[in-house]
Amino acid sequence: MVRVIAFIIGLGFAGVLLISLIAGVSETIASPAEATAEEEFQRHPKHLTLASDGPLGKFDRQQLQRGFQVYKEVCAACHGLSLVAFRDLHDLGYEEAEVKAIANQWAIEVPSVNPETGEPATRKAIPSDPFPSPYANETAARAANNNALPPDLSLIAKAREGGAAYTYSLLTGYQRQPARLIKEFPAAKTPAGLHYNPYFANLNLAMPPPLTSAGQVTYAPGNPAPTVDQMAKDVSAFLVWAAEPKLENRHRSGIAVVIFLLVGTLLGYLAYRQIWAEAKRKVRPTGPLDPKNQAKSRRAKAKAGIAG
Amino acid sequence: MSFSWARPYEPKSAAMRWLDERLPLPRLVYGAVGGGYPVPRNLNYWWNYGVLAGVFLTIQIVTGIVLAMHYYASADGAFNSVEHIMRNVNAGWLLRYAHSNGASFFFIVTYIHIFRGLYYGSYKPARELVWMLGLVIYLLMMATAFMGYVLPWGQMSYWGAQVITSFFSAFPLVGEPIRIWLLGGYAPDQAALTRFFSLHYLLPFVIAAVVILHIWALHIPGSGNPTGVDVKDEKDTLPFHPFYTAKDGWFGAGFLAVFALMLYFAPNALGHPDNYIPANRLATPAHIVPEWYFWPFYAILRSFTVDFILAAKLWGVLAMFASILLLFFLPWLDKSPVRSGSYRPVFKRFFWLLLLDILVLGYVGGAEINPLNVALGQIATAYYFLHFLVILPLIARFERPLPLPNSITESVLHGEQREAAPIGTGRKAGATAA
Repeated sequence: MVRVIAFIIGLGFAGVLLISLIAGVSETIASPAEATAEEEFQRHPKHLTLASDGPLGKFDRQQLQRGFQVYKEVCAACHGLSLVAFRDLHDLGYEEAEVKAIANQWAIEVPSVNPETGEPATRKAIPSDPFPSPYANETAARAANNNALPPDLSLIAKAREGGAAYTYSLLTGYQRQPARLIKEFPAAKTPAGLHYNPYFANLNLAMPPPLTSAGQVTYAPGNPAPTVDQMAKDVSAFLVWAAEPKLENRHRSGIAVVIFLLVGTLLGYLAYRQIWAEAKRKVRPTGPLDPKNQAKSRRAKAKAGIAG
Repeated sequence: MSFSWARPYEPKSAAMRWLDERLPLPRLVYGAVGGGYPVPRNLNYWWNYGVLAGVFLTIQIVTGIVLAMHYYASADGAFNSVEHIMRNVNAGWLLRYAHSNGASFFFIVTYIHIFRGLYYGSYKPARELVWMLGLVIYLLMMATAFMGYVLPWGQMSYWGAQVITSFFSAFPLVGEPIRIWLLGGYAPDQAALTRFFSLHYLLPFVIAAVVILHIWALHIPGSGNPTGVDVKDEKDTLPFHPFYTAKDGWFGAGFLAVFALMLYFAPNALGHPDNYIPANRLATPAHIVPEWYFWPFYAILRSFTVDFILAAKLWGVLAMFASILLLFFLPWLDKSPVRSGSYRPVFKRFFWLLLLDILVLGYVGGAEINPLNVALGQIATAYYFLHFLVILPLIARFERPLPLPNSITESVLHGEQREAAPIGTGRKAGATAA
């Protein structure tokens, strides 16, 4: 009975699927899907190598400091970094006093309350504050940006396919819209107020090119020249740190844990071989074949005077 | 419990004797996973994954309890509390990554364990209840994993909750009220998040309880083995401890090393980048996909595209539930008396086809929707149902299985009679046996 019902159910599902398949195939043949501008013109992120890549990767602190400088002087005007606190900058190699100074001089103040009147007010940031948001709220952010919302950058290196390579490609990927695209997809022409960037999912991005010229940020002496490419790399490296500040701890303890477990596996394997050495080939005797029972029977025979 | 030659527990110290006489807990452990549980001597490495599933359940419970000390189940604060764990809690990143990757590894070992059962006929008499309790554990795992994925309250959490609870609205009349009742609102929000957290904390302990039943039911007939032949006498078995504890020990350590590689060096490889974006009910992600372990079922759901008598969505939901529920009937669908796939030439071919089919379903479930993938998913879904509901019963009826070995010992020794002689009896006894 179970099998009869099963037969009916199985053939029923298969039948509905066959109808679905035929309908789908005939629809595809009747009206094949048209290619879209995104499919044809969107590009995969460029290749980017950072010191933090790979299982042994460590941050290049010089680069993180340069990247922080780019964030501070360019990105911070519109993008928040709300999950990172000023005190976290110690990780980049800044001293206590430097962190205090960075917090104290930060262009945007932290919302607070006037202790005398209770009115909303602002105060200077201290190291334990997270980076203050450039806008009071989402409405203010959209009003200032042609109705686009600049995303918070704390996790951007983990929240986009491609990670740091994506942010680097996006920052250096602005270009004129190809003539072929406008010819093939007239509807996909970049609207006014947007900017063509083939690394962005829908090709047209509200953010104007933030890094426009070499020397836009002045690096301290001893650092590479601040070309657009270099600045984009540096800020991408900084954003990897911002998204995953414990990356170095993770890599370091990972090596130790894997080595520990491999040694444990080896010792465990040797113990296993030792324990199974006999059992692999031989069988524990039972009944009349058990040496204990055989000895017993020999004793009994000897006692009874039976030879053999 | 299972065999007459199972060694009874003998306390080694006065303290254990004292305890054993009052509460025979040591006796219970000794009989369950100690020297008092005789196990077939010929188990291969596919039999290691049951213990590993227990290891990963433990990892999930331990890391989860500590995470819950820092997590904050609030629609406004959940996302940031997870980031607080990642950034400010001591070793919080380790706990959180261990928990999220631990879930994936729990499913990896469980899937291997289930496929081992499918190949070696572990669902057949007298182990039907072991199989069914295992499926209950699997269903509970799916519910727990789904609710756990909602807790970080990222974009995929939110939209995953939205999509999965909307399955219920496919049922006519009662569907929509059930969906609203489950969510505690018209869309996922605070009410849904709080109850998901509560249930996500509860269900693992329910799983642990069903695991105990699963093992209890297993210990009545005893473990199966790769030949599928019943244990005949003591020669066929070895005590669980030290033999299988040693085998599970080294294999478990090696498997944990693989887990550590993933956890420390590619902790986000199995996740979706969108879940690092806070939940936003106004922005739907371009591609909503569940976690990888649900992809085959997601493919089944999406394969029904035509309203034929019932709405396409209802067909999809019914098929998705049916795809798991039918496994409960497996012992009565496959009536072949031979357990092990190794002795079933036709069954074996179809088993590998099924495995390939489920991999295809997994690919389709995670891939973008396009006409080719949809067609592939429809064919694979049809095969899935035909395999269990039509092909297996037919194979059981018409297949001619290969001759089975007389005993486990004979199969282990491949006829080397001399070596089959018990230890200590020397060559002479072996020679007579030959």
